[in-house]
Amino acid sequence: MNRKKLQKLTDSLTKNCKHFNKFEVKCLINLFCNLVGDVTERQGLAVGLDRNAFRNILHVTFGMTDDMIMDRVFRAFDKDNDGCITVSEWVYGLSVFLRGTLEEKMKYCFDVFDLNGDGFISKEEMFHMLKDSLLKQPSEEDPDEGIKDLVEITLKKMDHDHDGKLSFADYEQAVREETLLLEAFGPCLPDPKSQKEFEAQVFKDPNEFNEV
Amino acid sequence: MGVALTRSAQWTAAVHGARALETTPLNEAILKEIIVFVESFIWKHPQEANYVFVEPLEWKTNLDPSAFGPGYVVSETTVESEEADNNAQPLLFLSVPQIKIRSFGQLSRVLRIATDTKLKEAQACIEANRNPIAKILGLDYNMIKEINEDSSVFTILDKITKDDDPESEIKMKIALLLKQLDLHLLNRSLKNISLEIRLNPGTVKNDVELLKRFSGKGEKTVLESIEYTSDYEFSNGCRAPPWRQIQGEICYVLVKPHDTETLCTTCSKEGVFLNGGETDDGREINYERKGDIYKDRVTLLREKSAIFSENMSQQEVRFNEEQQKEKDQPNEAPEEEAAALRRASAASRRSALEKKQVGLGRSQMTKRLEPSLNWKTTVDAKKNKSSLRDTQEEKHGGRLEKSRPSTSPGKAQLIRKSAEKIEEIISESSSESEEDEEPPDHLQEANADLPSEYWQIQKLVKYLKGGNQTATVIALCCMQDFNLAQETCQLAIRDVGGLEVLINLLETDEVKCKIGSLKILKEISHNPQIRRNIVDLGGLPVMVNILDSPHKSLKCLAAETIANVAKFRRAWRAVRRHGGITKLVALLDCRQHATEPAERSLYEAHDGEVARCGALALWSCSKSYANKEAIRRAGGIPLLARLLKTSHENMLIPVVGTLQECASEENYRAAIKAERIIETLVKKLNSENKLLQKHCAMAIYQCAEDEETRELVRLHGGLRALASLLSNADNKERLAAVTGATWKCSTSKENVTKFREYKAIEALVGLLTDQPEEVLVNVVGALGECCREPEGRVTVRKRGGVQPLVDLLVGTNRALLVNVTKAIGACAVEPESMTIIDHLDGVRLLWSLLKNPHPDVKAGAAWALCPCIQNAKDAGEMVRSFVGGLELVVNLLKSDNKEVLASVCAAITNIAKDQENLAVITDHGVVPLLSKLANTNDDTLRRHLAEAISRCCMWGRNRVAFGEHKAVAPLVRYLKSNDTNVHRATAQALYQLSEDADNCITMHENGAVKLLLRMVGSPDQDLQEAAAGCISNIRRLALATEKARYN
Repeated sequence: MNRKKLQKLTDSLTKNCKHFNKFEVKCLINLFCNLVGDVTERQGLAVGLDRNAFRNILHVTFGMTDDMIMDRVFRAFDKDNDGCITVSEWVYGLSVFLRGTLEEKMKYCFDVFDLNGDGFISKEEMFHMLKDSLLKQPSEEDPDEGIKDLVEITLKKMDHDHDGKLSFADYEQAVREETLLLEAFGPCLPDPKSQKEFEAQVFKDPNEFNEV
Repeated sequence: MGVALTRSAQWTAAVHGARALETTPLNEAILKEIIVFVESFIWKHPQEANYVFVEPLEWKTNLDPSAFGPGYVVSETTVESEEADNNAQPLLFLSVPQIKIRSFGQLSRVLRIATDTKLKEAQACIEANRNPIAKILGLDYNMIKEINEDSSVFTILDKITKDDDPESEIKMKIALLLKQLDLHLLNRSLKNISLEIRLNPGTVKNDVELLKRFSGKGEKTVLESIEYTSDYEFSNGCRAPPWRQIQGEICYVLVKPHDTETLCTTCSKEGVFLNGGETDDGREINYERKGDIYKDRVTLLREKSAIFSENMSQQEVRFNEEQQKEKDQPNEAPEEEAAALRRASAASRRSALEKKQVGLGRSQMTKRLEPSLNWKTTVDAKKNKSSLRDTQEEKHGGRLEKSRPSTSPGKAQLIRKSAEKIEEIISESSSESEEDEEPPDHLQEANADLPSEYWQIQKLVKYLKGGNQTATVIALCCMQDFNLAQETCQLAIRDVGGLEVLINLLETDEVKCKIGSLKILKEISHNPQIRRNIVDLGGLPVMVNILDSPHKSLKCLAAETIANVAKFRRAWRAVRRHGGITKLVALLDCRQHATEPAERSLYEAHDGEVARCGALALWSCSKSYANKEAIRRAGGIPLLARLLKTSHENMLIPVVGTLQECASEENYRAAIKAERIIETLVKKLNSENKLLQKHCAMAIYQCAEDEETRELVRLHGGLRALASLLSNADNKERLAAVTGATWKCSTSKENVTKFREYKAIEALVGLLTDQPEEVLVNVVGALGECCREPEGRVTVRKRGGVQPLVDLLVGTNRALLVNVTKAIGACAVEPESMTIIDHLDGVRLLWSLLKNPHPDVKAGAAWALCPCIQNAKDAGEMVRSFVGGLELVVNLLKSDNKEVLASVCAAITNIAKDQENLAVITDHGVVPLLSKLANTNDDTLRRHLAEAISRCCMWGRNRVAFGEHKAVAPLVRYLKSNDTNVHRATAQALYQLSEDADNCITMHENGAVKLLLRMVGSPDQDLQEAAAGCISNIRRLALATEKARYN
């Protein structure tokens, strides 16, 4: 990528992204280029990270393990739904992922949890997301009973309009009452420790960067 | 097992001579327990298993001889065991169908052989042997349980000591084992029974009677009316017609609450429910059930009528009391019986723990509607419990006395406070042993009637245990929705094992789980029991570690939880030992975070919040000396000082609270002065927040022991604030703190002047009546200080303060009495006040305080008497009128308390001004007693002693007597003291004594002349005169001697 193009890209992304400064955007683009590798160099910026590469990053860097959640996180990053994360999607996504305000994060998490994208988190979706969350007791007749019950109590806590599913309004209200419920159905944000490590690693000393 | 068998097992009616056990779940449970006991006996107690029964247990068995294997001699119809006793009799002998067994070992084996038919065999055995214990151990052991539980222990002990052959020891062991089993069985059957028992006519009747007492017209009553439908009562206590009684119905009651229609209710054994109501013609009742069944009437009414439940909660206490009374009456209802039994068994469990003996709660388990006579046991158990507590309290009381340091009157109040604190701590820790035994009690009760929350919480805890991070967070959030301030929920969390899980979560790396867990712990740790449990589970070190976390909100929550938990000694120590104090102090330092970039994270709190929580925790921990020291060493004072200046009210309260706690230490007071904290404290006195004002006043009270501090308070205008707060007497705690600060500040003269200016004295006089003692102590103390100035005395008198002061002389509070005597002494200096005191018989009251056991009160009274005697009219006559009074005063000279001695000497000085009284006290032997005191180094005592001696010289041959009792030589040495007052008094005494020639010689020998010559040059005229007079007496004697020699 030539220097001028890079400069231009950095500027435009910095302008649209309030959580990163210019230097940080530069670092992120740099990282993106490294991750995508030579392919990008040849075919231009249209191509980006595919699902597997991205999931790999989530897993290795941010310690995520749940396949379904990782898929959903990929979807949330991949705004245009073309199965590939471009550099701008990368920077925007990370801005929420790492530094988002509570509002942004709520939107992001809700998108992640709303598996079918219909604007509601239904009981089925909850069940799906929570199905591995309890230790299975072999003695129990119905191994899913605990999960079903967990879904019920979650719904009881968060479903303020009592329509049997969570709208964004329900979710938002519940999270405002208790921030812990932000990632109610599975970890989809980086835990503070890995976030710190990531940032420390990527946003290195500007002088060092300049030399590069 | 005897008791359990006779009482709780359900026997069928005796039909064919031998009674059989009914096949009920209860009996089955009992039998199973017995089987387990017997089966395990052989390997649990191998030695005892060989013990040979006194008589064999004999019953008809269904066992086939062929079932017996090795170890037995088997023939077609008989079986003999190879194991035999000393007389070569086999321990097991079976001759179909009769079986005889003579040891536990064989019993065990037979049960094992029986396999499937175990239960039947056991049943047959017990049915055939109605008194197994008598057969096993002999009749005299069986007697034990016929006597009551306490003496049983003694009987057993007696037996052990009397005959010490090994067999009886084994017998004892078996007896104890059987008793343990018995107790266990009783507990088991109790659990079953308590689930079954519902209502009976007795309880229903009591209920209705009670509610009737609280019914009628008017706002306060719980119901408008409550009536039976029928006046006729059947002999069994029911009022329902016989054909309905068969359905278990007891009676029908018409209830008219204030806010609803008349309710027609049916009471049946199952509970209380609404029926169809009266039919149209008003004679019949529609018996059909129309609503839910409630466990009793009160529950039903609470549900149906809002006013009832509201008024009921107001009446609750009374109602419960009544019910309690009801309980102590002989005709107990089964429900209460069950409770009594529970108590009895708990009590016996306790004694078992204590003496390693098993006492038996002799409790009856008669079923259903039969009358019972077990109320006696209940009372006994209660007595037991309370006597146990008494002895504990006594012990601690004793310890407390020892640990209480001797105090100067000024500090008495302060010490008293700290003593109370110690008491609190001790009593708290003393209750530990009891508390530890409480949980099983509670569990049992809980089983009988568990609220729905219990099950929900149990479920959530299950998810906490078996869930991953996501499920855990959900469960934690849901748990927060319960009313965690409610004890039911708090204890439910504990009882289902939630505390362990919550504390475990704190040790994970999951920030969210930790936050959720702490949020719950923070709430439930308001409960003292939970606090203890958290400490027992090692929760504090974990929380202390969290204080290091980079997440501020975690730090906050951890600190807040520590603040709640650390309310007792063991917890304070745990926090300190794990380095918690240093970490908490570090939280106070907001600056170090201020430089960090403002990180936006979801779970972050303000730095101010962190500091506030840190201060809260420190406040809780700052109650012990070691922790105070630790806070100081960790550099807490400057940080507290900074927080004090910068922040707002909800931060200030814990900060000032901590300072106030710590100000009891000298080090802190110095540091507080050095950090210029007084100024801020004074400023905050003007805040709007009552709690803050209280703590500020308290801190000032603690610090104002120091002269400079008092001055600072004045300079910063604190006196005006204090004076204005005095006029607001609503909040007693604040008032106590404010009056305390006023008292301490009024020790400085300048401050008194200021207080007069702000009309504080008037306010203080107004506070002399209708105040709690802790306020009164301070008010009177302050008045005592103010009355040292003539203006103050006048104000107090004019405002009518003398009378309430005299009234307070009859109190018993030591600190208060010390202050009151001081204040009255100050008032008595003014003749007009003295008239009032005399008129109110205050002098007599003061005099009687000389008999008070506390030396500081005695001394106070004696000091106060001095001005009284000085200023009263006809003082001599008045003093004589107190029968035995003079003897009392003289005898106080035998005290070993310096302050008492000095004050009594002063009183004697005044008493001796009257010749007649002087004669009386001389007769009571004042001279030798005073002489004995002469060898002292205490200047106050010296001064007053010398004055008393000089006064007492005025009678008869007292001068000579003092010389004879060797009082003169020590007096001469007083002249070497540095105190002019001592010099003056001594010179006067010596002058008086020098009238006697022998004394002159003694003085001269002890070098008095040289010392006195120096005194002649003193600027003090009295001293000059006395010294000169003395010298002249000595000189005259010398001249006379010379003259005599030359003649």
